[in-house]
Amino acid sequence: MSSHTKKFAGMISAALLATSMAMPAAHADDDDRHEGRSGKYGGENRGKPLQPAQSNAKFLQECGSCHIAYAPGLLPAESWRKIMGGLDKHFGTDASLDAQDSKEITAYLLNNASNRWSAPTAPLRITDSAWFKRKHDAHEISPSVWKRASVKSPANCGACHPQAERGRFSEHDIEIPR
Amino acid sequence: MSEKFRNTAAALLVALAGLAPSAHAETPNEILASIRQEAASAPGFLAFSAARGERLFNSKHGSDWSCSSCHTENPAATGKHAKTGKAIEALAPSANAERFTNPKKVEKWFKRNCNDVLNRACTAQEKGDVLAYLLTVKK
Repeated sequence: MSSHTKKFAGMISAALLATSMAMPAAHADDDDRHEGRSGKYGGENRGKPLQPAQSNAKFLQECGSCHIAYAPGLLPAESWRKIMGGLDKHFGTDASLDAQDSKEITAYLLNNASNRWSAPTAPLRITDSAWFKRKHDAHEISPSVWKRASVKSPANCGACHPQAERGRFSEHDIEIPR
Repeated sequence: MSEKFRNTAAALLVALAGLAPSAHAETPNEILASIRQEAASAPGFLAFSAARGERLFNSKHGSDWSCSSCHTENPAATGKHAKTGKAIEALAPSANAERFTNPKKVEKWFKRNCNDVLNRACTAQEKGDVLAYLLTVKK
């Protein structure tokens, strides 16, 4: 190792040491500010509001014919971009749209995607996001609830969130069916 | 608001309301006729067959689903999406006057559902057979 490289390596280790010392300080310092930087749920957080005040008729009609029209704020923009780019193979079915409808709906989804998602991740399923998993883990929802015929699948938001289509998932609005 | 303006506005609304549905709406028979025109260009085309359409509708074609997996074996009844469970309004025109009145919608759903059920696009013969069948279904 040349002296130049050695000097460089020394600088790197000093920088790493400084970073590792700074990290716990940020934790202890201010939890909220820390969350602001890396984001709650590891940066995989749904947006607020979930459903914009101005809705889009085409989105509601096209995305709501086979399942509920999932609120755009439930996923980050990159997820919607991927989903809209693969509609011909949409979770095992062909949900393709013509170019004009696809363009309008994509624009609506990107404009209203989660504004609190700071992680570089972009899941295709809402149920794969960290906030979803945390809010629906075994402490919150007994595994037996998911097996009920009235619930059927975690994708069936409306089973327990009657206001899901309007983007309302408040704890006060939850009705878990028998 | 002057009375003249009110009357003009009312007349305009009536005119618009009359125009809107006719802009893209067709009858199921008109849609069948345009599918027939397309089918007739294929060699050996004779006619559509409701019986053949019914068989196509109720059988699987190499995939997990048939048309009836979601629309049920009674197209005049409310269906249910095989995966999500979402209700699907009746498909037979006798039970649902909106069906097969919008060419763009017809094209969109044949494209999607033929891919899901047959793993390919349907021929005009197949589409015509299915629509001919659906037109024989009574409420």
